[in-house]
Amino acid sequence: MRKLWRSGDPFIWLTGGALALSLLMVFLLVGLIVASGLGIFWPKDIHRFQLADGREIVGELIEQEEIPDPDAPPGTPAKHRIKVKQANRDLYGMDFLWIDEADIKAQEIAAGAVQIERREWGNFIGFAKEFRDGETVLQGAENALEGARKRLPEIHELHGRISGIEKDEIGALSRQEEEARLRLKGLERRGVKEGPEVEALHDQIEKLHGEYARYQEELSDLRAQMTGSLVLSAAGGMEKEVPLSQIVRVFQPNEMGLFGRIWFYATKVREFFFDDPREANTEGGIFPAIFGTIVMVLLMSVLVTPLGVLAAFYLREYAKQGAFTSAVRIAVNNLAGVPSIVFGVFGVGFLIYFVGGTIDKIFFADALPTPTFGTGGILWASITLALLTVPVVIVATEEGLAQIPTGMREGALALGATKFETTWRVVLPAVLPSMLTGMILAIARAAGEVAPLMITGVVKLAPSLPIDGQWPFLHLERKFMHLGFHIYDVGFQSPNVDAARPMVYVTTLLLLIIVVALNLLAISLRNRLRKKFKLSAV
Amino acid sequence: MENAAAQMESSVRAPDLRPRVPAGKDGAPAAAGQIAEAGEVAIEVTGVNLHYGSSHALKNITIKIPNHQVTAFIGPSGCGKSTLLRCFNRMNDLIDGVRIDGKILMHGQDIYSPSTDVTELRRRVGMVFQKPNPFPKSIFENVAFGPRILGESDPARLEETVEKSLKAAALWEEVKDRLNENALGLSGGQHQRLCIARAIAVEPEVVLMDEPCSALDPVATARIEELIEDLKERYTIVIVTHNMQQAARVSDWTAFFYLGELVEMNATRVLFTNPSNSKTEDYITGRFG
Repeated sequence: MRKLWRSGDPFIWLTGGALALSLLMVFLLVGLIVASGLGIFWPKDIHRFQLADGREIVGELIEQEEIPDPDAPPGTPAKHRIKVKQANRDLYGMDFLWIDEADIKAQEIAAGAVQIERREWGNFIGFAKEFRDGETVLQGAENALEGARKRLPEIHELHGRISGIEKDEIGALSRQEEEARLRLKGLERRGVKEGPEVEALHDQIEKLHGEYARYQEELSDLRAQMTGSLVLSAAGGMEKEVPLSQIVRVFQPNEMGLFGRIWFYATKVREFFFDDPREANTEGGIFPAIFGTIVMVLLMSVLVTPLGVLAAFYLREYAKQGAFTSAVRIAVNNLAGVPSIVFGVFGVGFLIYFVGGTIDKIFFADALPTPTFGTGGILWASITLALLTVPVVIVATEEGLAQIPTGMREGALALGATKFETTWRVVLPAVLPSMLTGMILAIARAAGEVAPLMITGVVKLAPSLPIDGQWPFLHLERKFMHLGFHIYDVGFQSPNVDAARPMVYVTTLLLLIIVVALNLLAISLRNRLRKKFKLSAV
Repeated sequence: MENAAAQMESSVRAPDLRPRVPAGKDGAPAAAGQIAEAGEVAIEVTGVNLHYGSSHALKNITIKIPNHQVTAFIGPSGCGKSTLLRCFNRMNDLIDGVRIDGKILMHGQDIYSPSTDVTELRRRVGMVFQKPNPFPKSIFENVAFGPRILGESDPARLEETVEKSLKAAALWEEVKDRLNENALGLSGGQHQRLCIARAIAVEPEVVLMDEPCSALDPVATARIEELIEDLKERYTIVIVTHNMQQAARVSDWTAFFYLGELVEMNATRVLFTNPSNSKTEDYITGRFG
């Protein structure tokens, strides 16, 4: 026994086993997310189930599970039930249905079944009956679908124009009006109640109202052009007329070939990445969340890297090493272990209420009591995360500084360089890889953080992106969407958890991909620098 | 082991024991005190005491370093020879708790007077360290570092300086095709010659070498020693070495330190063949140290 232990083999088994276990868990995690996330856009067949009680259910087969029955004598074959997505929330009240397999009399692929993605009320599954557009009425499934498919692109174009006008033109109008209103308010505050300036502003507001009315007219005109509807029959004999303006896409998964399905999948993925969310975030894309996350992380890196690097330089290069410096160092290290929600509380209490409130009082007094900076926003969220991650950057940079041989510094000093020149020209380039390591770690930590963001500026649905075409382009005071919060919100705050679950997995997958991608980018950058400034001489 | 001269014979290069110092009045090699009269002193140290905190590292040192010659400092570890060397370019200033009193004149100028510009002094006094310390930059940028610090930015003149310095350091032929490669890719011996080139690129008056060969193999050592021979034409060289054969081979003058005191300084040949102090004799014959 003793000989075996001394030989070291058990220890090798132990270490190898620990590593294998860790790897297994990582693979399980990634595997679960990938498997659950990747499949959701794949068009599934629509089945028709005939139940023993005479009911007919049409829908997608989602999953199958065993019905637990602790009282059953051992040896009884397990019973199963299936989960079916029957959609048509407006008709049936719920999208998902559990059916005991024992109750199913017959099951078949429902030929000709149509699935419709709607802008509201979720998907519709049924059978096309007719297409109506003013005088035109096309009877029969084939004709109706044909008609709808021809008309849909025009409807989508109109829809795009409508949302364009709503977002850009009317958005710009309301911003101008808000500005004029604030200036009016500011004048009033200074005691100017009439005069040419006030008149001019009133005139401007009048003019803006006129323009607004014109746009409204244009909008209702466009809306009136969105004619056409599809009449469908759903399982259970109900009939439903769906206006084309409500339809995102119409497809028949049962009739799709492999390539059709791949094409469909690709379209859905594209939509997921680049479109705005619909229906309480459970449908559509998550572009604003991706964008918000990336902008927030970049902003945070821009803030945290200089701060941390400069602090580390002072701590290592200039501060007198002694008890106080050691205390500071210990404090910095401990800061890295403080729960992130504590930083969030600090962000709210100090940054938002105090700093933001002060900024509002000084620069945005006219807008009060509506806060501008005195409420959560991407700037405060970024600063909070920068504070959260600054110890990481300090520690990494300090370690890098400690690794630079004294000889290198002395070499520069002996050539007549001042301490600053030595730091700037020799130490700084040599410590770059360590600085980047710190940044990588900070990014990795910040990208996955949710708790402090929830109270410092992340919202469920942000009306506009933090960067857009409106001057000053980067809007630091705006609230934003974030992938981590999106997962929490969609998965656990959604009224329709079943419908939202696929979105949770696919968003998690995306968050994972973004974190890995940011890390890979930073690591490759660091390795290139390391090659350039590698320290190990000889 | 019993005879230093025998050791010297067996070394890489036969020692040149001919006197290299200006002859005294009576034809004998000039002793340390006589150099001052000849007016060729580069550095004059008078009554220097140095304390590291509570330890007394240099005790009342008085020494004269002759101009355009090679002076070697020898002695056992901790005897203060490196400390004295680092007084000449005030590198000891960087260490906390160092106190120094006494006088060090470089060409008549007091380098510890408050009016002395330390960076200017360090430009005039180049230094080569025990462990080669090239910067993590290209070969070119390593040599150009000093001139750039002094404000030289003209590329043509920088190139000229770099080439001249590398040639003087006998490295030009080996690196002329890869000046833009990282200096850290060179070998240890090349590193040290690069550091010498870097030190002489700013045209110093004195070059201090702190055990420049202790991290090198015998072949690289021999090259550096040849280089020292060439450099003394233009620079005053002070070299600290643990290696007595090396001191005998390359230096004109040798100073022996022991426990922070200067025991003896004399022409190298005299010191090694006829030391006047018994401690020196014990050390060079290998009885201690």
